Amino acid sequence: MKKVLMGNHAISYGATLSRVQVIAAYPITPQTQVVELLSEIVANGELEAEFIKVESEHSAMAACIGASAAGARAFTATSSQGLLLMHEVLHWASRARLPIVMANINRAISPGWTIWTDQNDSLSQRDTGWIQIYAADNQEVLDSIIIGYKVAEKVSLPLMVVLDAFVLSHTYEPVDIPDQDKVDKFLPPYNPKIKLDPEDPHAFGGLTAPNIYMEFQYNHQLAMMEAKKVINEAGKEYGEITGRYYQNLSPYKVDDAEYILITSGTVAKTTNIVVDKLRESGVKIGNLRIRTFRPFPSEEIYEILKDKKKIFVIDRNLSFGNTGIFFQEVKASLYNTDIKVPIFGFVTGLGGRDVTPELIEEIVNYGMKKEKPEEEVIWMGVKK
Amino acid sequence: MFKPGKKIEFKSAKEIPLTPTSLGDMTHNYTGSWRNLRPEIDYDRCIDCMICWKFCPEPAIYIENDRPKIDYYFCKGCGICVEECPVKCIAFEEEGK
Ligand code: SF4
Ligand code: SF4
Repeated sequence: MKKVLMGNHAISYGATLSRVQVIAAYPITPQTQVVELLSEIVANGELEAEFIKVESEHSAMAACIGASAAGARAFTATSSQGLLLMHEVLHWASRARLPIVMANINRAISPGWTIWTDQNDSLSQRDTGWIQIYAADNQEVLDSIIIGYKVAEKVSLPLMVVLDAFVLSHTYEPVDIPDQDKVDKFLPPYNPKIKLDPEDPHAFGGLTAPNIYMEFQYNHQLAMMEAKKVINEAGKEYGEITGRYYQNLSPYKVDDAEYILITSGTVAKTTNIVVDKLRESGVKIGNLRIRTFRPFPSEEIYEILKDKKKIFVIDRNLSFGNTGIFFQEVKASLYNTDIKVPIFGFVTGLGGRDVTPELIEEIVNYGMKKEKPEEEVIWMGVKK
Repeated sequence: MFKPGKKIEFKSAKEIPLTPTSLGDMTHNYTGSWRNLRPEIDYDRCIDCMICWKFCPEPAIYIENDRPKIDYYFCKGCGICVEECPVKCIAFEEEGK
């Protein structure tokens, strides 16, 4: 069934179709409608779930941790400052190996007080041990929640679906809502590998001495690396049911390209338009959208970039004192390979400033003119 | 009284559970070795009120034949029993003296 949905409601439908059993959330702009609709769906009896109202985002994640540890499929959604407040328990969720799925609406961080999009909130959670998927349209948002549970439960790791504030969260698009039977077949009920159980009591997360702590971290890393494969497999399996395939990377016209733009989130969709336009004038350019940020699909990126002339990374985020974050990651994943290709790192669109086709064209023109990048951060559209 | 718990040892990451779950108790960890001061009950003056038993945080005081006994494998020498004893019959002596 097709519906015209805002990104936030696409999340709610994704969670409903995944038959989540516990939802704990605290409202924050621009996430509020996600849980508003879910609370209605639960109140109407359309979804058999506990809806827990909590006093903060930290408590929301803590409630999800408890629910997931007890063997329930748990869900939450947040944004920006709310995600930052969750930070401590995000680590707990992943190290406890709990397959919680959450949606994070990318909203810039204050001050100055802001509600518009950029990626610094979710990218600040890079090392929490969560899988991170960046969606580019509302259909992908809905689908990624469902696939997200499949992946999370397979590798026993929590997973975050990330989308741009307003550009997706509040923008209406036609979205196909898959049949519940199909989703049920793809995503059977959660069958936890371990859980809190009065019949078989265990202490969870107890004192872990230096003689064994590191082995847990080693296994966590193995699970993350395994997730690279599992995300692609689950995305393929989902595609066979719905016709919509999702992988770690979403390449656009990269095969014969000499120049590659690297993007994430909705900027990627605008970039595709620019790629089409530039190709009409004979520029061999493609766009590589990175969907999976953690685990970082280095090997797959290498395969695409290995014979290219120049790479232009667009970051809607910044690691103060260094560079854009995707730029760092791309550079780092190519360093120990045989590729020696100039990589330009552009920072733009912070705090919701529009990333327009004209701006992306400017980025390409800048990169084409220079032999190699002259500065580590190339600010685009900033009034210096 | 001393009953050492089972120390769970893992040889490799392949053997460990998914997440730290029931890794065993800590009774193999003899906290008595941390002790600088050693509490000793003077049983002639002790009135068997068991306040020390109740207050010992470890707990390293157990009851045997209706009398309090200190388990020196685990007594950390915190002195709470010494402080709380209503008749002040627990002496606190430096270890090794
Ligand atoms: S000194 Fe502390 S640990 Fe030792 S027996 Fe007294 S209360 Fe218990
Ligand atoms: S608190 Fe003092 S009097 Fe009471 S049982 Fe302990 S040692 Fe004896």
